[in-house]
Amino acid sequence: MGKYIWKRILIAIPVLIGITIIDYVIMCLAGSPLEMLQGPRVSEAAVEAKKIALGLDQPIYVQYFVWLGQILHGNLGYSIKSYQPVSSMILSHLGPTLLLMGVSLLVSLLLAVPAGIYSAIHQYSKGDYAVVTASFLGSSVPGFFLSMLLVYLFTVKLGWLPSSGMTTLGTAGGVADVAKHMVMPVLVLAFSMAGSNIRYIRSAMLEILQQDYLRTAKAKGIGHFRVINKHALRNALVPIITVIGIEIPMLFGGAVIIEQVFSWPGLGLMTMSAISNRDYPVIMGVCLLSAVVVLVANLVTDILYALVDPTIQLEKG
Amino acid sequence: MRKDIHSESYLQTVWRRFCRHRLAAVSLGILMLIVAAALLAPVIAPYDPNAIVGPFASAPSREFWLGTDLIGRDVLSRLLYAIRISLLVGVMATLISSVIGVVLGLIAGYFGGVADMIIMRVTDMVMSFPYILLVLVAAAIFKPGLWNIILILGFVDWPGIARLVRGNVLNLRETNFVKGNIVAGMPLRHILFSEILPNTVAPILVYGTSVLALSILDEAALSFLGQGVQPPTASLGNMLNGAQSLTVLTSQPWLWIPTGTLIVVIVMAINFIGDALRDALDPNGV
Repeated sequence: MGKYIWKRILIAIPVLIGITIIDYVIMCLAGSPLEMLQGPRVSEAAVEAKKIALGLDQPIYVQYFVWLGQILHGNLGYSIKSYQPVSSMILSHLGPTLLLMGVSLLVSLLLAVPAGIYSAIHQYSKGDYAVVTASFLGSSVPGFFLSMLLVYLFTVKLGWLPSSGMTTLGTAGGVADVAKHMVMPVLVLAFSMAGSNIRYIRSAMLEILQQDYLRTAKAKGIGHFRVINKHALRNALVPIITVIGIEIPMLFGGAVIIEQVFSWPGLGLMTMSAISNRDYPVIMGVCLLSAVVVLVANLVTDILYALVDPTIQLEKG
Repeated sequence: MRKDIHSESYLQTVWRRFCRHRLAAVSLGILMLIVAAALLAPVIAPYDPNAIVGPFASAPSREFWLGTDLIGRDVLSRLLYAIRISLLVGVMATLISSVIGVVLGLIAGYFGGVADMIIMRVTDMVMSFPYILLVLVAAAIFKPGLWNIILILGFVDWPGIARLVRGNVLNLRETNFVKGNIVAGMPLRHILFSEILPNTVAPILVYGTSVLALSILDEAALSFLGQGVQPPTASLGNMLNGAQSLTVLTSQPWLWIPTGTLIVVIVMAINFIGDALRDALDPNGV
């Protein structure tokens, strides 16, 4: 068990280093910060002096290690637009994004887990077909189009929900106000994630239902209800953990588009405006952060697997 | 009965099983219609897609079936040409990522060891970056445009296929027919491409349909955000770009509802077809 976890962590380290290298290379491809300086009024000597001050005269791998050292000290560089440190920009936008992602993850699980399990237990029934078709719809609708439909319905036609922002301008906000602003973005994110996950949970559950221990449980005559609830559901925990692991990177990606559509003041909105401003230090800071979060999420998922499913330890431990 | 089974070729079996999924069979029909419409766009489109042919933002009429857009171009004509572009992006990106994924997966699975270790770690790295973010950044750096989008999607999409092929190759390497080939001293090229690859085609095909669906969705999202296919070339995504404005959303639904619905129909049809293919190609199926 311990050995398996250590092995898993050791594998993650080169991946982490690779992520920082990819991030650094992309940032270099995006252009040198000196380009901002160049102009008719800036002398050659001044550019040269700045180059040395920024350490750009050194070989690229030295620059990489200097950059990496800065990252380890929590310094992600400075925005070339607002001159604010990237780390503090990220921190100030992190809250709304985490709130949106957390609630969406919860809602998507609340949709996908019962629907997937229902579908598996009632395989080939009308309800099963309905659930599976709905799940295909969920993974086929572009998030931004669903957002537009919802805004059209709930804001334009019915006037129930606000279409943008996190709080109503000019008011103190408050929990109810934020919740109202969250309904549509959460629905869009949760629906598109639930789409693929319903089918995943359904097929995992179907596999569980065919296991010998369930046949034994049924043969003992303890009743359909108890078979499902006591024996099958506990084993469905493994696919649910997988689903959470799959959803976290999807959430980061989905949040970029959905935050843009609903003007949700989070990391995604900040990233999109950085992208249109070509503000590379900010973009790469967000990329690096999200890649690390995804890597850690995968690591935690794998370790949780080992905790929940004892056979994984036996195979690899 | 026995005779029936033997007189049926593999493709016939696959087709019979595929058609059992009624939704998939219907989807295939719809998709073929859409593809035909896209291919015949120059013939059937009522107007030049980039020409200003009518009043600004006029509602659907006998003259303009789906209305005109904000600068007076015919929406139906643009839609037909947009399908071409979006399908082109989807198919090309899928082909590129499949080729990269298949080659890397074959190498990693068959040779194992250091090659496997390196390829799988690179796969992990690429998969760690949130997909859409990576594509957006790449589009910003390499300047958005039709071929850049195809290349970017193709170069970001391969890890899933690589993992799938690697897993399959690992299993196949242990089978007797592959071991037999090795013992018989068959050349490596023959073993990899004539023995192992044909046996992984079915899962690649199934996975490929989902990559195709995702690529079409990604192109739509990118172009919607203005980072994908650039106007005046019409794509399903950039036709929706204008709908970010509230006027369009509220009072000109013909500018976004048909286009958005078409994306949903295309992607859903591809997903249903993929699902039916999975069952139809399953060697353990009946």
